[in-house]
Amino acid sequence: MASVRTEGEALGLATIGRGEARSWENNPTLLRLVSVILFAGIWQIAGMIPVSFAFPTFFETVTALVSMIADGSLPKAYLSTLQPLLLGVILSAFLGVGIGTLCGLWRPGEWLMIPIFIVLQAAPVAAFIPMVTFIYGIGMTAKTLAVMILALPVIVLNTYKAVRNVNVSLIAMCKSFLGTRWQIVSKIILPDASPVIFAGLRLGVAAGFVGVVLAELLITPTGIGDLITYHRSRANYAEMYATIASIIALSTLTLVALQWVESRVFRPEKRGA
Amino acid sequence: MRNATLRKVPTEQPAMMDSIVEVRGISKSYGNVEALRSIDLDFPRGKLTSLLGPSGCGKTTLLKIIAGLIEPDGGKVSVNGREVSKPGPERAFVFQDFALLPWATVLRNVAFGLELRGRPVAEREKVARHYIAEVGLSGFEDKYPHELSGGMRQRVGLARALSVDADVLLLDEPFSAVDEQNRRKFQEDLIRLRTNQNKTFIFVTHSIEEAVYISDRIVLLSPRPGRVSQIIEPEIDRSVDPDRIHRDKHYLDTVEEIWQGLKQYVD
Repeated sequence: MASVRTEGEALGLATIGRGEARSWENNPTLLRLVSVILFAGIWQIAGMIPVSFAFPTFFETVTALVSMIADGSLPKAYLSTLQPLLLGVILSAFLGVGIGTLCGLWRPGEWLMIPIFIVLQAAPVAAFIPMVTFIYGIGMTAKTLAVMILALPVIVLNTYKAVRNVNVSLIAMCKSFLGTRWQIVSKIILPDASPVIFAGLRLGVAAGFVGVVLAELLITPTGIGDLITYHRSRANYAEMYATIASIIALSTLTLVALQWVESRVFRPEKRGA
Repeated sequence: MRNATLRKVPTEQPAMMDSIVEVRGISKSYGNVEALRSIDLDFPRGKLTSLLGPSGCGKTTLLKIIAGLIEPDGGKVSVNGREVSKPGPERAFVFQDFALLPWATVLRNVAFGLELRGRPVAEREKVARHYIAEVGLSGFEDKYPHELSGGMRQRVGLARALSVDADVLLLDEPFSAVDEQNRRKFQEDLIRLRTNQNKTFIFVTHSIEEAVYISDRIVLLSPRPGRVSQIIEPEIDRSVDPDRIHRDKHYLDTVEEIWQGLKQYVD
């Protein structure tokens, strides 16, 4: 599985059914609702045909989801998956933005580190995961590392590019009004670079989800990965789909939340634009 | 043919004059292109001096050297008698491309110079509001730059430069990215502001009409390499109706004379 995904793919769920509703265009909530209902309906019909004996209907999947929440197996799996995921994503975000900023500002840093991340981003990183197991075993460390080797390169490279391409005229302005080196970084470079940094963070977080599921499928049979494998082996397809759908939904929600933080905190002028 | 109202000043050294900015022997090259060759200039206190010349004459380079944003290859700049090589509190810059923070409101943009100096929020916003009103932008304090027209954005840039209370305002072709109607209005406002503020303005432009219209003193630069070719003091009465200045005979004669002088440098 490739480590790089486009933003459109990661947020792809939201775009279904947009064309049908020209006359309701000024009611976004209704439009979104229609899009969700349409998606569920197509799923339901496809399941009833059936497309494959291993493809459950929408309602079977929802029922399975509810029962898995009720019997505690889904919350328990998430508890185990979310720890390395959260840890890995947070570490990657801070380390990635830090390393990227440093490389953008400081030539030796760029020469030392950027090639490594370019290679890491180009490499099929999933192939490293067995190696990580070999060195770090099958515990929390291995899972966190799997998240990080997928999430870190894209965050570092986006931050680096954003810092490199910062508006030079704003830097000259800050200098002419007696801004210190630190003020130039904190008040000009980081806010100016923040849209591209956040694009990198969104891709990185999505890659982190890939990393944790991969790790749980390939090395440590725990958490969500284990739940998927288990239900597949028992031919509980509705439960398997419910698990997959839940992790996709969680990933999407996380990305939406990240976008909200960005427009709230860093680029208020883009709010409502 | 010499116009009675057009005083030519010898380019070498003026007589007794209170000059706030002194430029001595400034030269600057980019690779093997010589942008400026040993420039000597004095900028009188409280006056508006324009640096005028065709593109490639190094006028913006000279302004940025005075601002301390570009390092010259040789020579020195003094402000208030003290040699400077970096930006300082006695100079403020207005940028050709406005250089506003797109993520900040008009209020924060105008207060940004004071924010960098660590002034408390209440104080800097009070100062900023005053200068926002001064440049005619009251009511736009909470707008973002992308919601403003080019002319209004440059007014924000001007208010930001005014609010740090510098002695010298350096303006780098401030109206070149502003449409013609707004430019005329802005020039009138600048004349009014200048009489109120009692500051020294150094103004870079490539428009002869603009230079003659607003300047007390025009420094003509010739290109390749940039040198001072002439200094002119158009004596135009600006207390009259601005629209009359544009039809004033002295104004038109001065524009024509400068054009005759610059013609040879235009390719």
